[in-house]
Amino acid sequence: MFYREAGDFKTSYEQDSQTFPIKFDRFRYYAVLAIAFLVVPFVINDYWANAILLPFLIYAIAAIGLNILVGYAGQVSLGTGGFMAVGAYACYKFMTMMPEVSMFVHVLLAGGMTAIVCVVFGLPSLRIKGFYLAVATLAAQFFLVWLFNRVPWFYNYSASGQISAPERDVFGIMITGPNAPAWATYMFSLIFLTLCALVARNLTRGTIGRSWMAIRDMDIAAEIIGVNPLKAKLTAFAVSGFFIGISGALFFSVYLGAVEVGEAFGITKSFLVLFMVIIGGLGSIFGSFAGAAFLVLLPVVLKVVGVDVLGWPTDIVAHFQLVIVGALIIVFLIVEPHGLAQLWRVAKEKLRLWPFPH
Amino acid sequence: MQDGYITEDGRKIGGVVMEMKNITLRFGGVVAIKDISFDIREGEIRAIIGPNGAGKSSMLNVISGFYVPQEGEVWFHGKPRPQMRPYEVAQQGIARTFQNIALFEGMSVLDNVMTGRLSYMKSGLFSQALWKGKAEAEEVANREVAEKIIDFLEIQHIRKTPVARLPYGLKKRVELARALAAEPKLLLLDEPMAGMNVEEKEDMSRFILDVNDEFGTTIALIEHDMGVVMDLSDRVVVMDYGKKIGDGTPDEVRNNQAVIDAYLGVSSD
Repeated sequence: MFYREAGDFKTSYEQDSQTFPIKFDRFRYYAVLAIAFLVVPFVINDYWANAILLPFLIYAIAAIGLNILVGYAGQVSLGTGGFMAVGAYACYKFMTMMPEVSMFVHVLLAGGMTAIVCVVFGLPSLRIKGFYLAVATLAAQFFLVWLFNRVPWFYNYSASGQISAPERDVFGIMITGPNAPAWATYMFSLIFLTLCALVARNLTRGTIGRSWMAIRDMDIAAEIIGVNPLKAKLTAFAVSGFFIGISGALFFSVYLGAVEVGEAFGITKSFLVLFMVIIGGLGSIFGSFAGAAFLVLLPVVLKVVGVDVLGWPTDIVAHFQLVIVGALIIVFLIVEPHGLAQLWRVAKEKLRLWPFPH
Repeated sequence: MQDGYITEDGRKIGGVVMEMKNITLRFGGVVAIKDISFDIREGEIRAIIGPNGAGKSSMLNVISGFYVPQEGEVWFHGKPRPQMRPYEVAQQGIARTFQNIALFEGMSVLDNVMTGRLSYMKSGLFSQALWKGKAEAEEVANREVAEKIIDFLEIQHIRKTPVARLPYGLKKRVELARALAAEPKLLLLDEPMAGMNVEEKEDMSRFILDVNDEFGTTIALIEHDMGVVMDLSDRVVVMDYGKKIGDGTPDEVRNNQAVIDAYLGVSSD
């Protein structure tokens, strides 16, 4: 009733292969975009930006990046934290070396730099797969964090060993540093997220996406029918690295402002993003959004319920939070191993027929 | 024979497309294929038969570049083929299906068929990222070809279905569609009728004959069902324990004493 595709006919292959083939979906997507770009910036405040929206936007970019690698190309990676650190440090170096260039360029360059690093650490994937590849990427995680800790050039020889984002503006509006207004940082991240999601969707519905999925589903058969495994795997690492690098750069410059590498980009970050991808749904762009939203919102919701509604002491709530998040993840994986995206698909199937299921 | 021959049913067979010259393939001490030579001619349906473990699938794997033989040469279009990776072989116009279905289970039927056309898709990463220009034009053009194949094999109704949900017989047909989408010069079918009932076998036989007839595709197939092999194929190679024991038209092979011995066994007295 609410959700129908009857009468929604396609007359060309362009129409059939568009991102949202069903009209209802398309309008809902436009509505979400309109709210995100035209409504939220006017009602946003510092709490919403810093506790929910900014982490959601930035983690969503990282989750899309990792989903391309793990969900679409089937190459397991535990190096996400390290690759985000590459994005952050590249962004920092570009910001301090070329202060006159726009922040947009810095973030994109940071993405490009991470793509290169990611390809280098992706080279073992040509020989090994599965758990062994996961261990190889784990090496990337530890090596990169060690590198940024030990080589002073990366943090410009600062005494604390931290990097902190200098104040930068875009079109006269501050977007980094303590004086940046909430809506500006939000808009800056939102623009990148929108672009990343569009690019990811375009890549995954086309030629390169098919060769990634072919490698994921059956690598030997894929090679025999004409997929170049070297090209497919390394482009997956490059594209994934590009997105993860962008998210790392935003995480450092726009969200945190100052970063200590082991703390911000440690192994826990790798697992967090991997959980987002798994809970959201492997091989789904929507799933990346859903997973990021779930893991960003869950602690906030638990805190609100525990502290504000039930009136429990903060430290107890903080401990319970860990237990509950862990338990929920396990429940989730048992009930719906294909993630939130699959729940969403099932709901859509049901809604198509509602209220007359037969 | 150099310029081809006319089959019993009047089809004209052309020159040699692929020639296997003294192929020997060993895995450690095991000799899978021993000094085998045969040719495949343009437009013909060439069967490879033999008991289990005779080395038939290994032979197809040699043709598609997955195994590299220790001795011998593969000649393609009158030239010895240099050693190349399987995907390069595919780009030369050799497509195949597999004994145990090797479809991409997580993708829709349409995406599987489109994957078969990868060698024709040349647009760059940047163009694809924006879904503009060459990438979009290429997608539509190749979609048209893919749809023709889908039409031809009568799988329009499952176009958007994920492959994992399909029954076995349809999966086999989708796999054929994926191979055909490459518009191959040589199509290799590894047991296209394994595990099918009589009706499905009839359907599949009809498709194989139609493919050969309509697109003029050269086909090499492995099959265990002798009735099917004798009806479909123009010439048959018989293998046993890695050796070639017979080669010729179905009638010649049927009356070949070595072949009868291999299949029925030789009495001890």
